[in-house]
Amino acid sequence: MAFESPLVKAEAIEAIEFPHLAHKYDVQGVPRTVINDKVPIEGAAPEPMVVEAIKKALAG
Amino acid sequence: MGMINERDRELIKKEFAGLTGQVKLINFTQELECQYCRETNMLIKEIGELSPAITTEVYNFITDKEPTEKYKIEQIPATVIMGEKDYGIRFYGIPSGYEFVTMLESIKMIAAGESGLSQKSKDFLRDLKEPVNLKVFVTPT
Repeated sequence: MAFESPLVKAEAIEAIEFPHLAHKYDVQGVPRTVINDKVPIEGAAPEPMVVEAIKKALAG
Repeated sequence: MGMINERDRELIKKEFAGLTGQVKLINFTQELECQYCRETNMLIKEIGELSPAITTEVYNFITDKEPTEKYKIEQIPATVIMGEKDYGIRFYGIPSGYEFVTMLESIKMIAAGESGLSQKSKDFLRDLKEPVNLKVFVTPT
């Protein structure tokens, strides 16, 4: 998605190496995706689900 | 003894044989007080040896201030995967286990210049007006 838009940044974060980030973003299990620091997706996220979550994050 | 075993090395070389575009891996590291920096650095260098289409750069997170700021690196080990431009793709931590596969796939995507997303998703992303940050938390297994 980052490849398709200059507005999208994508970070893969290894939760064990960065416990402060895992704690900050309430990571209980992986994968966990957090969009714009507020909308989470638990588990493997199919493409349409990520799109919907981005819409939700941008809506407020 | 390398980070990537001989069998995987050969498999990845075959996978990477068809790479058309150039891909750059930029690793941010430091010598001390960074548990996986050394391993990540070794791994990135080894990936770079698997295709002439891949170049690698290494910077010190503490002393190389200019690239660290340019690529907005906030923690290490960090790896930027980019092509002719920076797409905002970052790996924080050692890309081992499933993340290793993700990194290889990202390299192939950038070299091919094709995300593989559906046209619907591409249209949505093209029309974005505001920044989107995706953080994907993973573990090495």
